[in-house]
Amino acid sequence: MNTAQKLLRQLGHQVTERLWRLGFASRFLLMTVLYSGTALRRFHLTIREIYFTGVLSLIIILVSGMFVGMVLGLQGYDTLQRYGSSEALGVLVALSLVRELGPVVAALLFASRAGSAITAEIGLMKATEQLSAMEMMAVSPIARVVAPRFWAGVISMPILAALFSAMGVLGGYLVGVQLIGVDEGAFWSQMQAAVDFREDIMNGVIKSFVFGVLVSWIAVFEGYDADPTAEGVSRATTRTVVTSSLAILAADFVLTAFMFRGI
Amino acid sequence: MNRAAIDLWVGLFVALGLAALLFLGLKVGNLSSTDVGETYALQARFDNIGGLKVRAPVKSAGVVVGRVGEIRFDAESYMALVSLNVDKRYQFPRDTFATINTSGLLGEQYVGFEVGGDPDMLKAGDTLKKTQSAVVLEKLISQFMFDKASGDEGK
Repeated sequence: MNTAQKLLRQLGHQVTERLWRLGFASRFLLMTVLYSGTALRRFHLTIREIYFTGVLSLIIILVSGMFVGMVLGLQGYDTLQRYGSSEALGVLVALSLVRELGPVVAALLFASRAGSAITAEIGLMKATEQLSAMEMMAVSPIARVVAPRFWAGVISMPILAALFSAMGVLGGYLVGVQLIGVDEGAFWSQMQAAVDFREDIMNGVIKSFVFGVLVSWIAVFEGYDADPTAEGVSRATTRTVVTSSLAILAADFVLTAFMFRGI
Repeated sequence: MNRAAIDLWVGLFVALGLAALLFLGLKVGNLSSTDVGETYALQARFDNIGGLKVRAPVKSAGVVVGRVGEIRFDAESYMALVSLNVDKRYQFPRDTFATINTSGLLGEQYVGFEVGGDPDMLKAGDTLKKTQSAVVLEKLISQFMFDKASGDEGK
């Protein structure tokens, strides 16, 4: 009886704790959007953050995109040539990149490359009481620190995903056409016949935009909510990567279910 | 790092992103191909459309001239009513014959136009009079088997 009560109480505590955090995070997102006037008016604040989150993630995104495309080229050719349809390699590479791998892998890389950095930065600002100091000077830390980082992430993510997909297609082309020797004309023309701009490419862009909002939101929230100690910041950074990865994959399933149900 | 350098890098970054999107649209996707042009709608009734899907190509002489717009079931004639969006640049005679074909053995299905000789051209909203349904593989096989069986009996 007593242990059962304890278990139930623990369960209730866990659930209310999670719900409370989710509510806090939602209110925090609302505040960020409401206070983004400064970030958008004094746009150089956001541009600076785009440099740190977007431009500095460029190398890892481009190189990973290239390798993912090259692997798709090798694996796809290996399977397709068994059915005598190796010309469909372009379709396979392009559709898997544009629809799924581009937005998802770019977002996962972005979460671990830029999201963790944002969390650590804001968490350390909190630990060293820079955020409190700003509040003392009547500068809202949400407007000055959080909102520019949030919008920088939201803007960078679709650009990085598009670059990832483009590099992947180039990688698939290099391996498929240049290395293995699939017919170049068939590679591109079948790809163009199968990939639809609105249905496939724009849906990929919408996906990456949603992932951008999710990753940036989780990153700034975890940083702002971190315990102001060295341990707290390290735990918040880990939570950012774990939570955003899970959120990306779950949101990807939901978005795919809505976008590509078939008719 | 000063502000001008950061602005330059971010500008380069955004330009690269737009270039990537343009590359995806023009080289990977179908933005550069024909089906962005103006279209007019034609109707066709089929007994059986097989696996025809919305946005499947409409081809004449193997060239894509349009896309399947909408597929509905006509409750009065118990036939499939397919609307075809055909490129405005191409006109077809009134006795054009619409068939549902398959590209390759297991490939996607498309609507093929066999052009007739009528001097009058089809206008937007017209219905194609002559159609041929999709070949259903099971029917074909069973027909073949029955033919074979009845042929053996006759001997």
